[in-house]
Amino acid sequence: MAEHTSETMTLAGCEIEVLRGGKGPPLVFLHGAGGAHNWMPYMDRLAEHHKVYIPSHPGWGRSDTPDWLDGMGDLAYFYLDFLDAVGEDGVHLVGNSLGGWLALEVAVRATNRIRSLTLVSAAGIHVEGVPKGDIFLWDADERVYNTFYDPKFAEARLAKQPSEEDADIALKNHFSTAKMAWHPRFYNPELQKWLHRIDVPTLILWGDSDKVFPLAYGETMQKLIPGSTLTVIEKCGHLPQQEKLDHFIAAVTTFTADHNGGA
Amino acid sequence: MKFYFFHLMPYQDIDPDFLEHNKSSWINLPNTYYDPKKGAKLYHRYLDELELADTLGFDGVCVNEHHQTAYGMMPSPNVLAGALSRRLKKATIGVIGRALPIVDNPLVIAEEFAMIDNLMEGRFIAGFVRGIGCEYHASMTNPGFSHERFREAHDLIVRAWAEPGPFEFYGKHYHFQYVNLWPRPYQSPRPPIWIPSQGSTETVEFAAHPDRKYTYIITFSPVASVRKNLLAYRDQCEEYGYECPPEQLGWAMPAYVAETDEIARKEAAIHIESLFNKFIMSPAQYKLPPGYSSLGSYKAVMEGKYKVRENYLTCDALIENGMFLCGSPDSVVSKLQEYQEEMGFGNIAPMLQFGTLPAELTEKNLRMFAEEVIPKVKHLGVLKETVAAE
Repeated sequence: MAEHTSETMTLAGCEIEVLRGGKGPPLVFLHGAGGAHNWMPYMDRLAEHHKVYIPSHPGWGRSDTPDWLDGMGDLAYFYLDFLDAVGEDGVHLVGNSLGGWLALEVAVRATNRIRSLTLVSAAGIHVEGVPKGDIFLWDADERVYNTFYDPKFAEARLAKQPSEEDADIALKNHFSTAKMAWHPRFYNPELQKWLHRIDVPTLILWGDSDKVFPLAYGETMQKLIPGSTLTVIEKCGHLPQQEKLDHFIAAVTTFTADHNGGA
Repeated sequence: MKFYFFHLMPYQDIDPDFLEHNKSSWINLPNTYYDPKKGAKLYHRYLDELELADTLGFDGVCVNEHHQTAYGMMPSPNVLAGALSRRLKKATIGVIGRALPIVDNPLVIAEEFAMIDNLMEGRFIAGFVRGIGCEYHASMTNPGFSHERFREAHDLIVRAWAEPGPFEFYGKHYHFQYVNLWPRPYQSPRPPIWIPSQGSTETVEFAAHPDRKYTYIITFSPVASVRKNLLAYRDQCEEYGYECPPEQLGWAMPAYVAETDEIARKEAAIHIESLFNKFIMSPAQYKLPPGYSSLGSYKAVMEGKYKVRENYLTCDALIENGMFLCGSPDSVVSKLQEYQEEMGFGNIAPMLQFGTLPAELTEKNLRMFAEEVIPKVKHLGVLKETVAAE
């Protein structure tokens, strides 16, 4: 396992935890609804290619839940501050699910710190006539099963007894997810109008069997973001970084290597 | 003690096997289960029952609000209050309550309540609730803002009733340049306010506050929890420096009275069981969306209460734990005497129709309750000076 550290940063009166590891061109990974407070194999693999930053969003993991956290716009401005504070130019920004939506909210506001954008099963838009999954009406087991294509992954996840801290954090994350994404459900109606502002290379990665945001969301997103490309991973659900780790790493690192500028 | 016949208006003609194909009687139970021809008849029957309560001498009748469910056919209780307003001769109408956070314009509630208060020439009680968790799925209101929106909507409505308009109101969730209510409520400065609750410290602190002194009504709870919550409210009043009068406390529960305990059980059993095992049924995540309550109470509830609820609740168990007041007039009277003495409430809101209870048993229940229970307990929970004044 690559060396990694846990650090805290305080911005806008909110202390957050940032996992860090690896060397190379900087990559910031914005996690989805489930959070990312534990070091995971996909982080390890990304750290073989990049200096990775994995912040827990305000309201998630071990980070504070600030009073000002009312919506995705608040998180977007927070991460603009975060990118300035980190001070890296040419960040590869990767976002999964709710974190993909967040990456979009950041990128329509400013891309001056961003070298490339990778959106993995990203929320943020609405596709008429294609119902999304409802993670808030699914019970705890359904939420896990509907996350994966292969039920073996769900069974393995459910077989593990979470620590008390992990169980508490899972609940906290679920609360914050609802606050951000309850209504309009996992999207911002304004966002679609401004996605043309994204002027950095953009990769859209999607599982062909995503039950949370079906593939049509990826296809629509590709049409809305100028010059973006869509890569579909077969027999894969909502979390390619877990269910198809090799595919995920290959797709992301090939893309970032193509867009490392002079580095 | 005052008596308010509380109707939930269930869609009792539903296919009794609906839960074999559905998880819930709320939110996404297909509305093809609802037959408007049958529903229309039920509305009229239920309104007849509320009107009968008026002629039988109940102090009031109560309706409430639920959405997208067979549990209750009153997404807009004010429509029914409007229908009743021209028919009730003596009884008060309580709308207990409207779910404040799930509307985007709380002034609509202020206006409609003021209209009912005018139509009723003051025989009106305004109930405010946050709405149960299911309403947040149905309305898409963010449960994470439920508490904030409740407080803010409450402040806006109460000010709109009491303060001369126009005035401006700029909150976090609601923003108005001109708050200027037409009509103003008939009662001055406002109608009495009831807060139906299943018990939470926050609600107790809010309702008991000396600026408010709202009547606190415990609904649908085992008697142990009614006791705990009503006593907590009384303690809170004392902490605020005043003694809680009986009219500030109430209890709403399903009730059934018949000639003997045995007959009462026999007649009520399948109908009360339909309420607690079918009409009210929904999985925990339907009832408790994330953010609706604090992290701590969410955790406690998920681990405790709903696990218990997974078991089938029998009529006997419901009587045993005091969620269902059922028996001969003597049994019901003695329980009410005992509870009243212990908890000090001055209001009872019995649900004398519940689940699949048919018209003839509902009428029998209403008549027996009015004739053989109310006269024997109405003197309880009345302040001595009030009695002297009469």
